[in-house]
Amino acid sequence: MARRISTTHRVTATAAGWLVGFLIFFPILWMVLTSFKTELDAFSTPPQFLFFHWTTENYAIVQERSNYLHHAMNSIILAFGSTAVALVVAIPAAWSMAFAPTKRTRDTLLWMLSTKMMPPVGVLVPIYLLFRDGGLLDTHIGLIMVEFLANLPIVVWMLYTYFKEIPKDILEAARMDGATIGKELIFVLAPMAVPGIASTVLLNVILAWNEAFWTLNLTTVDAAPLTTFIASYSSPEGLFWAKLSAASTLAIAPILVLGWFSQKQLVRGLTFGAVK
Amino acid sequence: MGKIELVGVEKAFGNVHVIRNVHLQVEDGEFVVFVGPSGCGKSTLLRLIAGLEDTTGGKILIDGTDVSDTPPAKRGLSMVFQSYALYPHMSVRSNIGFGLRMAGMPKEERNRKVEAAAQVLNLTPYLDRRPGQLSGGQRQRVAIGRAIVREPKAFLFDEPLSNLDAALRVNMRLEIARLQDTLGTTAIYVTHDQIEAMTLADKIVVLSAGQIEQVGSPLELYDHPANLFVAGFIGSPKMNFVTGQAAAARGAATIGVRPEHIAGSRTDGEWAGTVTVAEHVGSDTFLYVAVPGIGDITMRAVGEFALKPGESVYLTPDPDRIHRFDAEGQAMLAAR
Repeated sequence: MARRISTTHRVTATAAGWLVGFLIFFPILWMVLTSFKTELDAFSTPPQFLFFHWTTENYAIVQERSNYLHHAMNSIILAFGSTAVALVVAIPAAWSMAFAPTKRTRDTLLWMLSTKMMPPVGVLVPIYLLFRDGGLLDTHIGLIMVEFLANLPIVVWMLYTYFKEIPKDILEAARMDGATIGKELIFVLAPMAVPGIASTVLLNVILAWNEAFWTLNLTTVDAAPLTTFIASYSSPEGLFWAKLSAASTLAIAPILVLGWFSQKQLVRGLTFGAVK
Repeated sequence: MGKIELVGVEKAFGNVHVIRNVHLQVEDGEFVVFVGPSGCGKSTLLRLIAGLEDTTGGKILIDGTDVSDTPPAKRGLSMVFQSYALYPHMSVRSNIGFGLRMAGMPKEERNRKVEAAAQVLNLTPYLDRRPGQLSGGQRQRVAIGRAIVREPKAFLFDEPLSNLDAALRVNMRLEIARLQDTLGTTAIYVTHDQIEAMTLADKIVVLSAGQIEQVGSPLELYDHPANLFVAGFIGSPKMNFVTGQAAAARGAATIGVRPEHIAGSRTDGEWAGTVTVAEHVGSDTFLYVAVPGIGDITMRAVGEFALKPGESVYLTPDPDRIHRFDAEGQAMLAAR
């Protein structure tokens, strides 16, 4: 029997839901609003919510001062590049841990995750020196390497969880049917894991897109993605809130659109296995 | 041909020995059922034959060739899993034909074989559906189709009916029996259900704790159980075991008598007792009787035997049907 829910309860719950939703969304909304203000309005007290002089001059100035498309392209290369490399390494790794575990598989998984607990700044100096001496500073290859390695534990963990959900019997049936490991991966495992792989890709593209620590420290111009582009508006000459907001809005727009269209996949990915 | 021979097969996971020194011969065309309580190693033994697990000792021969180190697909066996293990993203047609496709059979020939198998299993209307759109019984038939289409040397069934409801289980049991009879292919079938074992098997292998307790035809096991374990496992309701005086009087440590081999009377008989529970199912009456000095005895009477709990009853075991066991639990030959 369905549980009875009173009208008052429903109204309160709905209101609370909207309130929380609004609180989470508000910073983004504020950023977008600020990007349409003049620098003066952006600083005014009390802050103006909707009734200010709307202008698009910030966008024009941002476009003039820096090359948005160049940075956007770098973001795409770094986000998708690092995710692709991570998949190539993580699929076989997750496969063997899910279907041929050893005594140490659990420890290995935990150890991988533990590397995410270390603050990146702890290894900034050695990595910076490696990059400097290896000529990798401000290159795509170098940044793809760093982002791929930074996200690898998460990719392996996610894929491992998805693969674990695939019944072992089915893979054994494929083996009885004469499938080699390669064919088993291509014809049976991969098609069944497509939803899982898709949400892993999505989440990692988003993580890599927003990754700021390494990109800010290891790039200047050539390989600089949108994070560097945003940061360039918080300059020693002063904080230009409106321009910073305009740059940020431009930077998050593509990923926001991507996220919007794939939210079904994302939610499924994040709650996978929670409900049978 | 499909003759399977196990010679001293052993399997250990670390220090845990799940299969100990198993010797068995399965003749071509024979229907062999492995039966035993859960955890007795029957599924492991099947998986060893299939090649899904590696043996830690002994040899497995198929048609005289040692296949102990041969990968599963090269052994020429096919398996039906308890969970069906169908490929959820493929149509019924592709599911059944997957093995043929992996073997590199051309598409037309593959289709012809798949359709022939579907015909036999009444699956023709469902060939283009996905497993998710089928009922449990239909899924099971697809799994069987996948097994027969490859024309294997032997079928391996791993508790194939345990996910089905009772009525469907009986139907599928008949279908499997009929199919194996028509195809004449060797079959090894694992179950914990002794009724399935009794009805399907040419030969039953009773396993316990990784060892074979007894091998024989269903009636051999019923009439001449080799030890207490087999005696208690085969037959439903379970055989009654009596120790002490009554057993000693017959020169045994334990005597066993099946519920259907005990005659009941209101007036006289060997053991006097009181009915504790009476189950009237129409065709039979099952009485659970407390007999002082003997213990709790189950008896089965054909038809209706109108006794209620609390009433007294006299039980007389059929002297020719009493099984005698020594102190080690082994059957003693020659009555009395």
